[in-house]
Amino acid sequence: MLREIIGGCMIALGVAVFVTAVAGVYRFKYVLNRMHAASLGDTLGMLLVLGGLIVISGFTALSVKLLAIIVFSWLAGPVMSHLIARAEVMTHAHIEDECEVIERVDHI
Amino acid sequence: MSKKTDALRRFSGWVNGETAGHAAVHREAARIEHKKLLPELDEQQRIRLFSWQYKLVALVVCLTVVAVLLYTVFHLPLFGDPENPAVNEVVQRYVEDGLEETGAVNMVAGMILDYRAFDTFGESSVLFLAVTSVMMLLLRDAKNIVRDEDVQEEHERIIERQTSDIILQKVTSLVMPCIMLFGAYVVLNGHISPGGGFSGGAVMGAGLILLGASFGIDKVRTFFTMKTFRRITSTALLCYAASKAYSFFTGANGLETGIPLGTPGAIFSSGLILVLDICVGMVVACTMYGFYVLFSRGEI
Repeated sequence: MLREIIGGCMIALGVAVFVTAVAGVYRFKYVLNRMHAASLGDTLGMLLVLGGLIVISGFTALSVKLLAIIVFSWLAGPVMSHLIARAEVMTHAHIEDECEVIERVDHI
Repeated sequence: MSKKTDALRRFSGWVNGETAGHAAVHREAARIEHKKLLPELDEQQRIRLFSWQYKLVALVVCLTVVAVLLYTVFHLPLFGDPENPAVNEVVQRYVEDGLEETGAVNMVAGMILDYRAFDTFGESSVLFLAVTSVMMLLLRDAKNIVRDEDVQEEHERIIERQTSDIILQKVTSLVMPCIMLFGAYVVLNGHISPGGGFSGGAVMGAGLILLGASFGIDKVRTFFTMKTFRRITSTALLCYAASKAYSFFTGANGLETGIPLGTPGAIFSSGLILVLDICVGMVVACTMYGFYVLFSRGEI
């Protein structure tokens, strides 16, 4: 019973994070800002929702698979965001207009 | 009206064998005439009118599609209803005798690679033909080469080498073995668990694409060249065709195939399905990677 409550709370929190991420994507206008908002759902939201499911299902084969999904998405998501951001920085001619640039490195 | 006369004039010009230059002059004249006839609207007004109309039409189209789809959904038969037209003796046969006849625990694999293997062979051939025609169009060989493209290619290659990303490469070398292993697992367990040649092959193809995108295609070319590609795809298809031809021949003549079905659930079971799954997986993996490379580079 306690497991279901904790798991349910975690899933609800995760959904709240996802809602925040979606709101952020619509609220911001620039690519990097939007990505910043969206990556919240990819990582924290995913972790909370799948973690809640793991707590509910207990220690079974299913929860090991869910853990594998979390590990994979935590590996792949940030790298993906990094690549998109890098592409934006490399191709945007006047990035100084959009955000503060400390030092421009041509090949990172 | 003026549009119509313009078209007529162009058509008569074409019939009279006018050259393109004359037609262009005519068109220019017609355009000026057309502009005169239009009411004087400035750019801003026209854009506003267009966007308003566009929104209205988009709304109407969306609502119509939604209404049609909802109407159709309400008229669909219930899911799993025994009165459904799809529930007939074919399904009954698959469900009741499928395990016994094909030896595959995964009923879908038994269906697509045993009962309907000819259809799956067609699908694999479609993939092969698709990649063949893409190759015909895009492959850069002695007959399909432009000097400018070569220069541009070299330029792109230099950029690629300079901008190789250390984060991507580290993560790829971490994830890549798992992806390939998972793809092989899905292919080899096609007859036991959900999956099979198409999905496992897609996973392996995606792994190859990831490798090509992070380390550069030249790196992949150390083990996967045009020769490998040709050999793998044609061998897999021929293998599929030969094994299925054998089982069709024996089946049609009422002969014993002599291929043991094995115990259902074991890895070496269900007769030819494992072999066919491997063939399909190879074709799909090579085709996916081939498409990526041909479209990005024009050579495998």
